[in-house]
Amino acid sequence: MRPLAGPQTAAAEAQTAAHPTLGFAILDALKTGALVIGLATPIVLLETRQDVSNRLVLEPRFGLVVALAATAFLMRLAYTLLAPRLEGWRIVPAITVPDVWAGRLRLMALALLIAYPFIALALAGKGGAIKWIDNFGIQILIYVMLGWGLNIVVGLAGLLDLGYVAFYAVGAYSSALLAKTVGLSFWLCLPLAGIFAALWGILLGFPVLRLRGDYLAIVTLAFGEIIRLVLINWVDFTGGYAGISGIPRPTFFGLPFNASEGGFAATFGLEFTPLHRLVFLFYLILALALVTNAATIRLRRLPIGRAWEALREDEIACRSLGIDTVKTKLTAFAIGAMFGGFGGAFFAARQGFISPESFIFMESAVILAIVVLGGMGSQIGVAIAAVAMIGGTELLRELDWLKHVFGAGFDPTQYRMLLFGLAMVAMMIWKPRGLVSTRSPTIFLRQRKSISGDHVKEGHG
Amino acid sequence: MAGGTAPLLAVEHLTMRFGGLLAVDDLSFNVLAGDITALIGPNGAGKTTVFNCITGFYKPTRGRLSLAHGNGATTDEIEALTRSGRRWRRDGDHALYLLERMPDFEISAKARVARTFQNIRLFTGMTVLENLIVAQHNRLMHASGYSLLGLLGIKSFRDAEAAAIEKARIWLERISLAARADDPAGDLPYGDQRRLEIARAMCTDPVLLCLDEPAAGLNPRESADLNALLRSIRLDDGTAILLIEHDMSVVMDVSDHIVVMEYGRKIADGTPEDIRNDPAVIAAYLGVEDEEESAAEAEIRAIAAHVRQEGDGP
Repeated sequence: MRPLAGPQTAAAEAQTAAHPTLGFAILDALKTGALVIGLATPIVLLETRQDVSNRLVLEPRFGLVVALAATAFLMRLAYTLLAPRLEGWRIVPAITVPDVWAGRLRLMALALLIAYPFIALALAGKGGAIKWIDNFGIQILIYVMLGWGLNIVVGLAGLLDLGYVAFYAVGAYSSALLAKTVGLSFWLCLPLAGIFAALWGILLGFPVLRLRGDYLAIVTLAFGEIIRLVLINWVDFTGGYAGISGIPRPTFFGLPFNASEGGFAATFGLEFTPLHRLVFLFYLILALALVTNAATIRLRRLPIGRAWEALREDEIACRSLGIDTVKTKLTAFAIGAMFGGFGGAFFAARQGFISPESFIFMESAVILAIVVLGGMGSQIGVAIAAVAMIGGTELLRELDWLKHVFGAGFDPTQYRMLLFGLAMVAMMIWKPRGLVSTRSPTIFLRQRKSISGDHVKEGHG
Repeated sequence: MAGGTAPLLAVEHLTMRFGGLLAVDDLSFNVLAGDITALIGPNGAGKTTVFNCITGFYKPTRGRLSLAHGNGATTDEIEALTRSGRRWRRDGDHALYLLERMPDFEISAKARVARTFQNIRLFTGMTVLENLIVAQHNRLMHASGYSLLGLLGIKSFRDAEAAAIEKARIWLERISLAARADDPAGDLPYGDQRRLEIARAMCTDPVLLCLDEPAAGLNPRESADLNALLRSIRLDDGTAILLIEHDMSVVMDVSDHIVVMEYGRKIADGTPEDIRNDPAVIAAYLGVEDEEESAAEAEIRAIAAHVRQEGDGP
């Protein structure tokens, strides 16, 4: 291949990079293939399997390694040859919507969300609608709400919080325990869960917010784990691994969703179906998410919100202007935690059962991924990212036909992390600052112009 | 220097030690109300350290920094406050603050000392207008009922916000940046960013404005604009200015009072005329060897006298 690739001087390299010759591309792809063989040999070559007499045997899979290397070779070859032609596609231009349309689009989206359960019913029938309302509707909206809550901390105030799920857990456990032991109704548990989570946010924030950047991230991660371990080990209070079951379900202003005489269906003269509760839960989480969104938009335009963003831009400058940075960070932490707590209370009431399993670090990572993917600080970006990530994960469950391709043992849901990985790689290439990378000013003198992400800082604690 | 007025800021025996390094060594000087005071000296003399002590970014190892609002404070008042162990004493318009005891944000919020930075620290991702609104944070925070009333959108908050925008607009016109109010601050050219940083500091309503090398990187025209802005701040806003500067055309042109530092110590203190003729200053700036110092001083003085004579001519 060497003669084809030509002399390996820096100048020639630069030229071939701009207009790759076939020889250069093949050499490059061969290198990639060799790299994949090097990586795949220790990882995928040997499979352990138990034979008939229950002994462990090693089974080499040369075919798979070669297939992986060949795939990498072909993809790299295609990329090297096609990349210069796709140069213009690299940075996707920002979609600008005229102001008149922005308002209309927002209304249309809202109308679509409100009509969603009925559209699902009409299209999928009673049996199929459960999946669409519960797995897609409610599940996605929970993450939209958590994403918006975390967006206050990470996106606006620029504090990298890797333990957000702790507040979700505090909200879920406090509302479940209040409902079960004190017997409070869901409608009292919900605000109390938010308050408890906010208090925990302040409590954890006090020692943690002295730290900056990477140190803050590590300590918040540790606090998230501490909360989870306390939930596991304080068996008398939390039930340990067994969790809490039989959490009272939310009622429709006192009317339970069951087949009894005084139930929701009987009172309104409807035929009882579990769909009523699902539709109600859907509207409940939709309302909670919209409240989170409205509060965030409002707070951004208040002095406190501007101070959060100023803090993300430059903490020292903030202090020189008389802003108490500790209080400002604590409010961001507490308000973010409060919305996490609301989300947790909803989660507990929806599931009827909670255990520490639901509040692992992976959840924090998913919520953070949604915020980062959406474009830090952007409300609509976070919502789109939540739909793509959570909806995408749920869609994997639908891919049962892949079993015919890969064999009966293939479970597509095992590959959901692959989806996150692909989304992150795609983002690195096309949208390095997230889906929505522009910042909209909170106030203007003559004309609101959106600010390019190049100027906006990510914050460093 | 108006004689007899009590100082706005009195720096007494300020000492700052970083491990084995003595950055500021027993420095004392006064800043008078309504004056422009320049702090000059060779690189590494400890000027920025003094600034960081005054604005609370460093806690001094030793020394007292007392700032008086109103008619100034007597030595007895300062002593009494120091012994009381408190950080400040307020009594109507008359107030006294011991800056070395206060955290940085309180020095800006309560003692009303504002500052700029050697390497400009604007909120680059926020618009020019937003930068000036953030500077009025504490007043707006109060008007918004610490966000609770602001969430409800009450009228008194909207009025306060309109007043803040008006103040920002006036400052934008003074620094001739009104046309760029809605552009990100990071998009402005360097000279405009310097002026915006000064305007942002002024939006906190300071009694003392500390400028760390405001003329660094400015061309002669921008330097002249800066001089005009500094004079207007002193005259129209009544704000005293303390500035660190290397550009002697700015220092000699605008200052009422100059303090010269070398190796953390004060080597001279006086009017621009005094400083121009001070042998220690000349030696410090030209870096003369000790044994040659007196000979060089005499020579320089002769040259300076000659230059002055020429300058006085037609």
